[in-house]
Amino acid sequence: MSATEHQATIAADGSFTAPFELAYPYDRTIGPVLSRFFRGLAERRIEGTIGSDGKVYVPPAEFDPVTGSACTEWVSVADEGVVKTWTWHGHSGWALVLLDGADIPMLHRLLAHSSDELSTGMRVVAQWADDPTASINAIDGFVAAP
Amino acid sequence: MTTSTNDGDVVHLHQPIGVTYTWSAGPGASAYLQGLTEGRLVGNRCPSCDLVYFPPRGGVCPRDAVALGPPVELGHTGTITTFCIVNVPFLGQTIEIPYVAASIMLDGADIACQHLIQGCAATEIFIGMRVRAVWKPADEWTTSFANIAHFEPAPTDSDQPAGAEKNA
Amino acid sequence: MRDVAIVATSQARNTTDSTLTTPELLMPVLADLFASLESLGVSRSDIDFWCHGSCDYLTGQPFSFVSAVDVIGAWPPISESHVEADGAFALYEAWVKIQTGEADTAVVFSNGKSSSGPVDRIMALQHDPYVEASLWPTMTATAALSARACLDRGVITEQQMADVAVRSRADAIANPNALVRGIHTVDEFLAEPLVHAPLREHDIAPIADGANALVLAAGDVARAWSPRPAWISGIDHRIDTQRLGARDLSVASSATIAAQKAGVDQGHIDAAELHAPFTHNELILRRALGLDDNVAINPSGGALCANPQMAAGLARVIEIANRVTSGSIDRGVAHATSGPCLQQNLVAVIENR
Repeated sequence: MSATEHQATIAADGSFTAPFELAYPYDRTIGPVLSRFFRGLAERRIEGTIGSDGKVYVPPAEFDPVTGSACTEWVSVADEGVVKTWTWHGHSGWALVLLDGADIPMLHRLLAHSSDELSTGMRVVAQWADDPTASINAIDGFVAAP
Repeated sequence: MTTSTNDGDVVHLHQPIGVTYTWSAGPGASAYLQGLTEGRLVGNRCPSCDLVYFPPRGGVCPRDAVALGPPVELGHTGTITTFCIVNVPFLGQTIEIPYVAASIMLDGADIACQHLIQGCAATEIFIGMRVRAVWKPADEWTTSFANIAHFEPAPTDSDQPAGAEKNA
Repeated sequence: MRDVAIVATSQARNTTDSTLTTPELLMPVLADLFASLESLGVSRSDIDFWCHGSCDYLTGQPFSFVSAVDVIGAWPPISESHVEADGAFALYEAWVKIQTGEADTAVVFSNGKSSSGPVDRIMALQHDPYVEASLWPTMTATAALSARACLDRGVITEQQMADVAVRSRADAIANPNALVRGIHTVDEFLAEPLVHAPLREHDIAPIADGANALVLAAGDVARAWSPRPAWISGIDHRIDTQRLGARDLSVASSATIAAQKAGVDQGHIDAAELHAPFTHNELILRRALGLDDNVAINPSGGALCANPQMAAGLARVIEIANRVTSGSIDRGVAHATSGPCLQQNLVAVIENR
């Protein structure tokens, strides 16, 4: 944990106030399932796991949401799919995107110039980072498919 | 932004979480913080049990659950109630080891505050030892208890705070 | 089961930019609570258990809840606990403690200072840390995803969302704790721009700082401490999966189960206070809890008009308990939520006997 202090100012009631940045430099070891998923993203591949109900989870479920048993079966899915729901604020958007081959939509950024370009059911494709790292941010966001 | 290390089977996800707040110390700490900016040590007295708190915590007496009363000016000398000699380096360390962190009961206060003890060998420090505040130069003072650089052994014949004459 | 009732309550006036610390925010609330019990000869030392709800990330101070212990006068040492959640979940812990027989009385208190930091961003930290929180989705953005899922599915309309805001703000005129209130029309609201599409400003609760507290007591103690205790006849909480995409965001399935377990359908409901900081949340919850049009929904104006994070759920309990104690209702429902998009839901049935 680190904290950055700044010069204080005095409020009307005599309280000393100051901007204050609190930061935690977490370094997480994320286990074998998410590690495989993130390593795939670093190579511009998207993989999910298959649940006992046959559903494909992307990002992968580590344990079956119904039975609780470990998910061991993997499948590759496309890096494009359909917007199931979305929102737009200022210049940024969010969506739940159902990738082709997956059954569970994933949360990610929706990249566009304005909300006029957006609709539920629209086709989108992943915009990969220039130098993808093994993390969910290997994808910058999703853009309208050509 | 997250980065990661691809270390064999398991990925290490470096995930700094940083948030900027507007921190308010609250009206109960005003006298204490104002005092520090002026080179004074100010506590607050509980109107119920008469104990003097320095610092005034959240402006409340934890024994009586009532708001603390008016400010009380404290001396710059005090007595070590307990101490620790730090010999082990750790993340974020800013002071050269070995050093001594102590609980100090300031004259006039009823709870101890924590600060460094310097100006003598660690082995010479004892519980009950009299110490006095050594202030940084006045032009470095902010709203921080770190305005006091450290405490040092107080001459038994004088309770004059070190540096207070030239800084005041 | 032991009979447990709410016998005293207190709420701070909500504000938008408090300079008070956690103890300073809570102190007047607890002082007010004990002033109301003093006439009965009840003092702090008569309380067996204390339970506090708050969130360190909101305060920006690790272990900030420890400073709140100062406010309850923890000397000689007391039995106390803390939940990193809304005070309604602290109420649940205290209720369980009384059920075990370890305590007959408890004080439950909560506080939240949403104005200390960027609350919309801070609340991203309640998501899965690896695949969701790393993207920093805001609280309002995820709520908007849920609202659009409801609209797309045709289970609610923008007109109904605006209706909720119109009714809530009108009811809030009588509530001194509300931060937004007034007479508006649906047409006026629907003419406003989309700020977090499909949400407009009236769909989103304003930021609030607040604190509140209540006293729980069992059986004869409750009858001795209150002329008309507000009995908790049922209470339960349930949680949906953390994975946002794995949920149907147009329903609150965990709220439905909690309502069944709490016995909402076991009698007539006069009023319900639903922890719905977004207009569509209320519409989802009314269906989830099976509340018909005869139930007065959020007569206080609800969390939509005053939403101190970590205290707004306990405020719902207090609003229903106060109405039972005053005699204005006989049986009501209080609901509290936690997590994004109504992920976790607590339902309590509170009644006169």
